[in-house]
Amino acid sequence: MSQSYNRGLIEDFGRWKEFQAGMWAWIFHKFTGWILVGYLFTHIAVLSTATSSPEAYTTTLQSLESIFVVRVLEIGLLATAVFHILNGTRLLLVDLGIGLDSQDKSFYASLVLTGAIVVASVPTFLAGLGGGA
Amino acid sequence: MAADTAQSTSAPTSFDRGGWGWLFQRITAAFLIVVLAFHFFLLHFYNHAYDVTFAGTSARMGNLAYFATMWLFLVTATFHGVNGIYNALLNQGIKGTQKRAVQGILGIAALLLVVQGTRVALVMNGFL
Repeated sequence: MSQSYNRGLIEDFGRWKEFQAGMWAWIFHKFTGWILVGYLFTHIAVLSTATSSPEAYTTTLQSLESIFVVRVLEIGLLATAVFHILNGTRLLLVDLGIGLDSQDKSFYASLVLTGAIVVASVPTFLAGLGGGA
Repeated sequence: MAADTAQSTSAPTSFDRGGWGWLFQRITAAFLIVVLAFHFFLLHFYNHAYDVTFAGTSARMGNLAYFATMWLFLVTATFHGVNGIYNALLNQGIKGTQKRAVQGILGIAALLLVVQGTRVALVMNGFL
């Protein structure tokens, strides 16, 4: 059975009240993707301090890690990456035709699992702030 | 074809029937799932980001398998990310000159990122 839908303009966020699970999954995947690729450019820029001197690299990274806001942003990055990984795994399975009947459930599972992994990781991501262990 | 035309009038799509972009986006996805998880685990849970020093980085990058994995990580992540942006813009409905301009800008950005990332990696492993 092949059905064809006229989705209308798919970037029309004015229609958000009509969105179902699949649309939210698609929006979150895109949104987290923009963040991750933006971070990739930033990440290489920061690591590029290694081309000045070993000291510049070490000092830059350790200074950044001593800032509370940076740690909070890192937790945000973890949440972004974990969701993109879990929802992306779900998309690969859907593309292979696996679990088509539980697409919405597996999206909710991605959200819950992301939340759980992020909450459990908070202590690790805040460790060592202010010179403590 | 008739059904395709009916749909494409109102809904732009990044899906190019017979194109390789779709397949490469998924092949890189499968690789990135594993390597990104490994990257987070190694540098935030096994080691800690606040403990990172040039010496530590250099020691890791001195291992050829690790170096190769990180370089492939750079290349596949750049492709997956930049192609993802491109697909999002296609879905937004860009075409013609806009599409060619976006292809040019994203292509140059991707190339610069890979070149700079490779340079940094070679400094880290002591080659440069």
